[in-house]
Amino acid sequence: MPIIHHVDPKQGDVLLLVGTMKGAFVLRGKGNRKAWDIGGPYFPGHAVYAMAYDRREGRRRIWAGPNSMHWGGMLRTSDDFGRTWSNPDQANVKFPESTGAALQQIWQVVPGRDEAPDTLYAGVEPAALFVSRDAGETWSLVEGLWNHPHRPRWQPGGGGLCMHTVLLDPERAGRIRVAVSAAGMYVTDDGGETWRASNRGVRADFLPDKHPEFGQCVHKVTQSRQKPDRMFLQNHWGLYRSDDRGESWTDIANGVPSDFGFPIGAHPTDPDCAWIVPLESDEFRCTPEGKLRVYRTRDAGGRWEPLSNGLPQDGAYETVLRDALAVDTLAPAGVYFGTRSGKLFGSSNEGDTWSTIAEGLPPIVSVRAAVA
Amino acid sequence: MPIIVAIPGALRELAGGRSEVRLEGRAGSVKEALALLWAEYPAIRDRVVTERGALRPHINVFVDGENVRYSGGLDAPIGDGVEILLLPAISGGA
Repeated sequence: MPIIHHVDPKQGDVLLLVGTMKGAFVLRGKGNRKAWDIGGPYFPGHAVYAMAYDRREGRRRIWAGPNSMHWGGMLRTSDDFGRTWSNPDQANVKFPESTGAALQQIWQVVPGRDEAPDTLYAGVEPAALFVSRDAGETWSLVEGLWNHPHRPRWQPGGGGLCMHTVLLDPERAGRIRVAVSAAGMYVTDDGGETWRASNRGVRADFLPDKHPEFGQCVHKVTQSRQKPDRMFLQNHWGLYRSDDRGESWTDIANGVPSDFGFPIGAHPTDPDCAWIVPLESDEFRCTPEGKLRVYRTRDAGGRWEPLSNGLPQDGAYETVLRDALAVDTLAPAGVYFGTRSGKLFGSSNEGDTWSTIAEGLPPIVSVRAAVA
Repeated sequence: MPIIVAIPGALRELAGGRSEVRLEGRAGSVKEALALLWAEYPAIRDRVVTERGALRPHINVFVDGENVRYSGGLDAPIGDGVEILLLPAISGGA
């Protein structure tokens, strides 16, 4: 077994939760995010696609969804920044017998709204949404979405038929938007009872009908907390903005080397600002020209500027996956991302300059930033 | 004759630290033998089979040296005193 290190975050420290194909790491930012302590690897050998930090009601709880190729997956928690983890006797996220389905991967765990401090959501593969209303003790399938008439026609993307995005509207208590590759986005306004497809304007280049009602391969979606009508979307080919809470989408791929990519991160307070990491194409899913560049817009996609100061610009054929970019809530915002080659980069000035936080990690599939 | 089940290292913590469990109940099939194991050590179940009861794809069950995938699966009949091995498959490349 590997030697496992631990971190001791203080209140107010920035935490990075890094999920990899072979375990999870917990990082503590020091000195205004200039240096980092690294804890882990936790769950060595397990793929960790989903991590989250829940600080509602005074908690300091890390959630993780480790998945073993051999032993399956479940949600586990730590209240001491990784020193100890829950290990439930029974898998806590299970499909009901009536579905005939079996869990393959937990892709997303999302704490619910502040006014519902014991509610959490999990997006999984095969694509489905689960909810817990008892702080994660028990989970149940959101049947309104599972029973949607479109679902039997959803097609898996390269990563499987995964629900990778769960967005809780900051203002409308009943509204949840989810995204599935490759089924597109679905929205509920009644807390999950009924759902409708919501993909107007988003292309599906790989289908005969380029603008179907559903079937898009949405890679990641964000929603502004300050101005919830403003959303950004990175598609499988296509970069979009919505100014009407996702009811319609406008192409904003202005000046980017490619509109193919996976992650998109939103600024914590500026609704016009977002970050992406373009990849050359779906055939060659690497950073264009061997240069690792993050692109930032400050005018809602009117223009994108490359950010490369401190990032490798020679022979850097990197891939950044959909959940592997995160933005913290400090001012100026910190931006962090991990690559499939196990490098973790960070910026404490909104992307103007970057530094290498870690190298040699297993392939990174998820990064989450939080304040302890 | 008891059924003997060998517990792989990764699951021993869930079986009270045991590397081997002796099951005294009656079982006519692999599935029934495993049900006896789940009854004694319930945390092992979800690690070995899915919520649909299917053997996880990278777990092999051997009964007296025979991989049950090629001898009737979990419904394969067994006799008294068999030895069951739960083993993670060689799953590599990544």
